Amino acid sequence: MKELSEYNLPEDIKYTKDHEWAKSANDVVTIGINDYAQDQLGEIVFVELPDVGTVFSKGDEFGTVESVKAVSEIYIPISGEVIQINEALDNAPELVNQSCYDAGWLIKITPSDSSQMDSLLNKAAYMDMLKG
Amino acid sequence: MMRYLPHTSEDIESMLDIIGHKTLDNLFDTIPENLRTKDGITLPDSLSEWDLNAHMEMLAKKNYAANPYTCFMGAGSYDHYIPAIVPYLISRSEFMTAYTPYQPEISQGTLQGIYEFQTMITHLLGMDIATASHYDGGTALAEAALISLRNHKTASTVAVSRLTHPHHRHIIKTYLRPTRFKIIEIPYNTDGTTDLKALGKMDDLAGICIQSPNFFGHIEDLERIRHIATAKEAMMVTSFTEALAYGLLKSPGSFGTDIAAGEGQSLGISQSFGGPGLGLLAGTTKQMRNLPGRLVGKTTDTKGRRGYVLTLATREQHIRREKASSNICSNNGLCAMTAGIYLATLGKIGIRKIAQLNHDKAAYLKAALTRSGFTPVFDSPFFNEFVMKVPENFRKKRTDLLKNKHMLAGIALEPFYPELENHYLFCATETVSKEHMDRLAMEVQK
Amino acid sequence: MEQPGIGGLKFNEPEIWEKSRKGRCAISLPKPDVQESLLDTALTADAPDLPQLSELDVVRHYTRLSQWNYGVDSGLYPLGSCTMKYNPKTNEVQAGRKGFAQAHPLCDDQFSQGSLELMYALEAFLAQITGFDAVTVQPAAGAHGELTGMLMIHRYHEKNGKQRSKIIIPDTAHGTNPASASLCGYDSVKVSSGPNGILEPCAIEAVMDEDTAGIMITNPNTLGLFETHVREICDIVHSKGGLVYGDGANMNAIMGIVKPGKIGMDVLHLNLHKTFSTPHGGGGPGAGPVAVNKILEPFLPVPRIIKESDTYKFISDLPDTIGRMHTFYGHFGVLVRAYSYILSMGAHGLCDVSKLAVLNANYIKERLKKTLNLPYDLPCMHECVFNDEKQLPVTTLDMAKRLLDYGYHPPTIYFPLVVKGAFMVEPTETESKDSLDQFIEALETIAKEAMDTPVLLKSAPHIAKVSRLDEVTAARKPCLKG
Repeated sequence: MKELSEYNLPEDIKYTKDHEWAKSANDVVTIGINDYAQDQLGEIVFVELPDVGTVFSKGDEFGTVESVKAVSEIYIPISGEVIQINEALDNAPELVNQSCYDAGWLIKITPSDSSQMDSLLNKAAYMDMLKG
Repeated sequence: MMRYLPHTSEDIESMLDIIGHKTLDNLFDTIPENLRTKDGITLPDSLSEWDLNAHMEMLAKKNYAANPYTCFMGAGSYDHYIPAIVPYLISRSEFMTAYTPYQPEISQGTLQGIYEFQTMITHLLGMDIATASHYDGGTALAEAALISLRNHKTASTVAVSRLTHPHHRHIIKTYLRPTRFKIIEIPYNTDGTTDLKALGKMDDLAGICIQSPNFFGHIEDLERIRHIATAKEAMMVTSFTEALAYGLLKSPGSFGTDIAAGEGQSLGISQSFGGPGLGLLAGTTKQMRNLPGRLVGKTTDTKGRRGYVLTLATREQHIRREKASSNICSNNGLCAMTAGIYLATLGKIGIRKIAQLNHDKAAYLKAALTRSGFTPVFDSPFFNEFVMKVPENFRKKRTDLLKNKHMLAGIALEPFYPELENHYLFCATETVSKEHMDRLAMEVQK
Repeated sequence: MEQPGIGGLKFNEPEIWEKSRKGRCAISLPKPDVQESLLDTALTADAPDLPQLSELDVVRHYTRLSQWNYGVDSGLYPLGSCTMKYNPKTNEVQAGRKGFAQAHPLCDDQFSQGSLELMYALEAFLAQITGFDAVTVQPAAGAHGELTGMLMIHRYHEKNGKQRSKIIIPDTAHGTNPASASLCGYDSVKVSSGPNGILEPCAIEAVMDEDTAGIMITNPNTLGLFETHVREICDIVHSKGGLVYGDGANMNAIMGIVKPGKIGMDVLHLNLHKTFSTPHGGGGPGAGPVAVNKILEPFLPVPRIIKESDTYKFISDLPDTIGRMHTFYGHFGVLVRAYSYILSMGAHGLCDVSKLAVLNANYIKERLKKTLNLPYDLPCMHECVFNDEKQLPVTTLDMAKRLLDYGYHPPTIYFPLVVKGAFMVEPTETESKDSLDQFIEALETIAKEAMDTPVLLKSAPHIAKVSRLDEVTAARKPCLKG
């Protein structure tokens, strides 16, 4: 496990206290788990994702991420409808470990209320939370 | 001191000394006085090994079982020949006295054996994946019904054929009672198979559970059931109580069954008054993460050598706790290993010959009993069991046959199917000879 | 004293189908004495593709496999919470008697009196040992017993006219507890044990309400400690109309000392493959009888056994029963072994069992607490829980794997969850002082290695059949058949 300062936490995305990240572009929000979460879980062996078309409210559980001996629920940072899931994770769940912000993204949604993005943490606030 | 307890009084004294106690009773000082029992426990005096032998033989002899009795009863528990090497090998204490293989480096025997068992069961049932076992056929089927219900988006009913073993149906009801799910029973036809027209009219179905060969011994039309299940977007669950039938019949998987669940006692496991048997549970790859219980997978060690581990454990209770796919922990591992040894002993040639023999004997017995005046009731194809309507006086005669002629002549169906008064279910396996069957046919004619 | 593990047996043996040669068959087939009856070919298929072997092929294959396994007969098996005691061989002889092994379960009651009498007597023995009023021996394993017990609690509340939605489960519970409760639709309410590892009545008082069906308590708990406030906790739960479920997995510590049925518990399951010496079989079959008080007796699963004058019979028409849990009557073959064990031990013997099991655990605790960290330094029952705090960065897993090189099965690791890096030792009563001394010595050596040559532990085991296995790939790319 790494020191807090060693985690890769980009400035241009938002975070939740449950260690998900969200990035908004052109009315589509991409969602994943952050570097801290993937590091804590260890080697990820399976990712369970919802069907395209499912509608979630902010804070709903939308899937699970599994290592050999642990399961973590993942919660949606903002409300919206799933328009795409990362199908590559089916055969290569390790992408979440290797590239949690790029190839290892989880789902894309169309938000029902984009302003919810403002309620999420920025990097500094998230770091503060980790430091406790 | 009793022979299983190795402590000498010197041992006890020196151990207590290190702990800092005077007597063994001091070890329980932390338990408040008012919680301790004052009157101890009252049990019969302990028996020496030879007294125990005498007592147990006395009890065992009270059962009308084994030689010289000839068994014409099935209904979920079958008298098959168990080759000498099966109990011989399974008695090896390395198998018998091991725990669940949580330390794979010193459990490769159990792990490879169960991996091979899983593989052989997938061949037998024509399925993609088989689990490392469940308790018995009925509990495996109840789990299968629950899988279908939990994984359906809208439906909340599971349809179960009335020709599914009555006890299996009862277990499903017990398991479903505290849930919001419902069970509906599918009636049967005059040919001894499930009424698929009636099934066609049912809706809100998450799963369709049909036993084949069914409780009356008949082979169900799994192809049509697959079509109905697909049309209704329900999971097709095929159950069975006589696993050896699939040495001869087309497998559940070959018809596209989603989950196969049933009893594997026929695979080298003694009847033992109904347990332990062997719950078999197999699914398609799609169901991999919904299956309950342990799974063994192949992998490699740090030096690249082949090895086996328990895998996909995140489905299970010790990790997922209240969200687990089942609460099962201990399964029937040793019975699974037994079945593996038995299937390896039979092989591709043996299983076909034994299965065919079962059918041959049953066909002979059915014809012989018909000649003796019994009436065959259903005429569709069967495996090794069939139903006969018998004369009024058979009930008494059956007791007489059991007491005086050592023949267990069939099972009365009326307790399970009130409409079937004077109907009996007969079974013939490879263990009964023509002579046995001729004798039964002759006796019932008297 | 010299350690037993020196090298291990390392025959290679391929997967069974690799030995298959077309045309071999290892079963003796009888000569057909009746005419062949051919089924419609639309119904039949080619025989399943099973390996084709000679009898010696089969014998050698499974003999070699068995040699890669470690059992209680091989050596000390101190798996916490599993009670891996000696499995007496006479029990196998008794269960193998033809009158038992070949008994058909649907043979009429009057012709199955041996089986019925044995089960009836075993129920009475277990009721006597646990202090309850009635017992069912039908459940097939501990978790199956839990489900049986929880279904009874569910039915009890239903009958009382108001179903409840929650159940209290302490953080030290086995994972089967919450899983069994959720099968009955109950949400688990987790409570933490107090600072000394014991449940505190105030913690229960705080969460118990009239929408809570009851509590599931393991006593002694999984830290190996006796729950001293169990009576007060039962009173709190009862005062709000709830029931108390006892997980009797750890009954081995208290036979003849405490009767759970007399201290406020309403229902309890036992694990015959733990306390009552039946072999675990590499994962089962076990048996999980359930004992209940008078209040819950009407809800017991059917069939039940009754005695009328000198005859035993099954009855099923009981209006309040939860129903049937097993196709027949449970794991009868396992029941025969447990019955045989109880008759061999007698009341005295069973009391000695608990005393010596607790003696052995406390001895290990005292001797090893200098070497390993002991998070709860209290007098323990049948097991004690250490962790790896003194050895870090060498972990519990590393020590467990190194124990394999010394010829031992490791303790239970990383359970209970409330102890980080838990290393849970349950020696059982059938181990002698010499055997414990040898084990303690092995762990002292390993602790020293952890300081001096940690790499030796990190890369252990060195002399087992295989080294550490790649569980990540096994889970990412499951290969579940050959």
